[in-house]
Amino acid sequence: MQNFEYIAPTETLSAVQALSPDAGVTAVLAGGTDLLSLMKERIETPSRVVSLRNVRALRGISKKGGGLRIGAMATVQELLDSNAAAGYKSLVQAASGITAPQVRAMGTVAGDLLQRPRCWYYRNGYGLLATHEGESLVPTGENRYHAILGNKGPAYFVNASSLAPALISLGAQATVAGPDGERTVDLADLFQIPSSESERENTLSPNEIVTEVTVPGGTSGWKTATYEVRQRQLLDWPFATASVALRVRGGKIADARVVLGHVAPIPWRSSEAEAALNGQAPGEAAGEAAGKAAVAAATPLSGNKAKVQLASVAVKRAVAMAG
Amino acid sequence: MSSKNPADSPACAREGAPRKGFSRRTFLEGVGIGAGAVGAIGTAKPARADSNDPVGPGPVAITLNINGERQDLEVEPRVTLIDALRNQLDMTGAKKVCDRATCGACTVIADGAPVYSCTMLAIEAQGRRIETIEGISTEDSMHPVQTQFVENDAQQCGFCTPGLVMAGKAVSDRSSQPSMADVEAGLCGNICRCGTYVGVRKAVYEAARA
Repeated sequence: MQNFEYIAPTETLSAVQALSPDAGVTAVLAGGTDLLSLMKERIETPSRVVSLRNVRALRGISKKGGGLRIGAMATVQELLDSNAAAGYKSLVQAASGITAPQVRAMGTVAGDLLQRPRCWYYRNGYGLLATHEGESLVPTGENRYHAILGNKGPAYFVNASSLAPALISLGAQATVAGPDGERTVDLADLFQIPSSESERENTLSPNEIVTEVTVPGGTSGWKTATYEVRQRQLLDWPFATASVALRVRGGKIADARVVLGHVAPIPWRSSEAEAALNGQAPGEAAGEAAGKAAVAAATPLSGNKAKVQLASVAVKRAVAMAG
Repeated sequence: MSSKNPADSPACAREGAPRKGFSRRTFLEGVGIGAGAVGAIGTAKPARADSNDPVGPGPVAITLNINGERQDLEVEPRVTLIDALRNQLDMTGAKKVCDRATCGACTVIADGAPVYSCTMLAIEAQGRRIETIEGISTEDSMHPVQTQFVENDAQQCGFCTPGLVMAGKAVSDRSSQPSMADVEAGLCGNICRCGTYVGVRKAVYEAARA
């Protein structure tokens, strides 16, 4: 690991100031479960690491205005243990998919959202777009875990967040602190498909940090679920995830939100699946139709056609579980 | 294993064995691994736990609470907890295997929860109550998890064992009546390449009830 200077401020503003471009290449340290591995591989080579562990304002999980406030530095274990979050079924199910107790204890909610892609080309130093001699290595390479949606290029990695699909389906927002103060964005807008190597998979500036994630009130009566299709039950990322939130009125789905994970470079909201659900009675039949709709426009790569079916099944089962 | 010399392979390393007097580690330190640390003494700036000023990249004075004892040492900010334990405090029980927060051989307990010591900076371990495998037994008595590892033949090469014992201790600390599913979940962050899982699960299940 390249050496660095370390700073652990106590205030959000101090942390943002410590990330000033004048300080050189900086990195934000939350739980460290992703960043330290990236630094050991020299994928990240910050000259300054800004730790958020002493910023008390970033901690805690609590009810807020009929909804939920999750501090950026709240750990996955704290989320699982939280009484305030217990009613958010799809979110708790998503957090349960992060299985290793060691990662649950150290990994944070914002860290899960902002972890870098697990694409093995990226992790082996070929960059976010996995290019070698001007061409992406993914379409003709080892791509069984790569994207089947939103993969027109140049990005083929999948967003690895466990919690983002559930949070986006619940209408969550992220509060972002920067040198000019705070801004609030829909959580979905925190993510982007990079169009060049100079862009990231998130829309944060280098000197911005996520301070909290809030789930608005109003979804408490909704039926929600997260289903992960996994190769191994424990200690692995899923092939595909679906989180659904359904508002049911008079036995029919009046409003549906369907967000898939691990299938695209961003958490993938499927308007096609949502359209297939609206007006239907909740249950497996509606889920099957939604699953088919979710992958109707999928464009699998040479080695990941199986993910199309697996993503479809994830949606079907999530809808059935929510019903 | 592509190692030409069998003595280089991890399975042959005897670092975890009880030893008195001469050891491979003291030998290596004498040869020069310790020289860097010696050279650094006197240059370290203390790292305050809550500082708005940067420290490093040179050595920083830190204080850790390991097995209830205060340990003062000097580390560069990049030094991980496992490297501080193994290279500076001579606590070689926790093993550095994948070094990427995956295999669990480095597991220690921090504030009651199992953590990967390869993926926590030593400087960030300040203010936490760290328990290592060295602290859970005495000369005369083993921890119940260790006793049950023996009873259930729960190790083969032994390289994953210290991490699994600590993960198992965290399970048994959390509940005296864990289900087998609780035990599996509590141990799922640890990998054993010999495949001792059946014995390990049984050992932890029974130790929690002991």
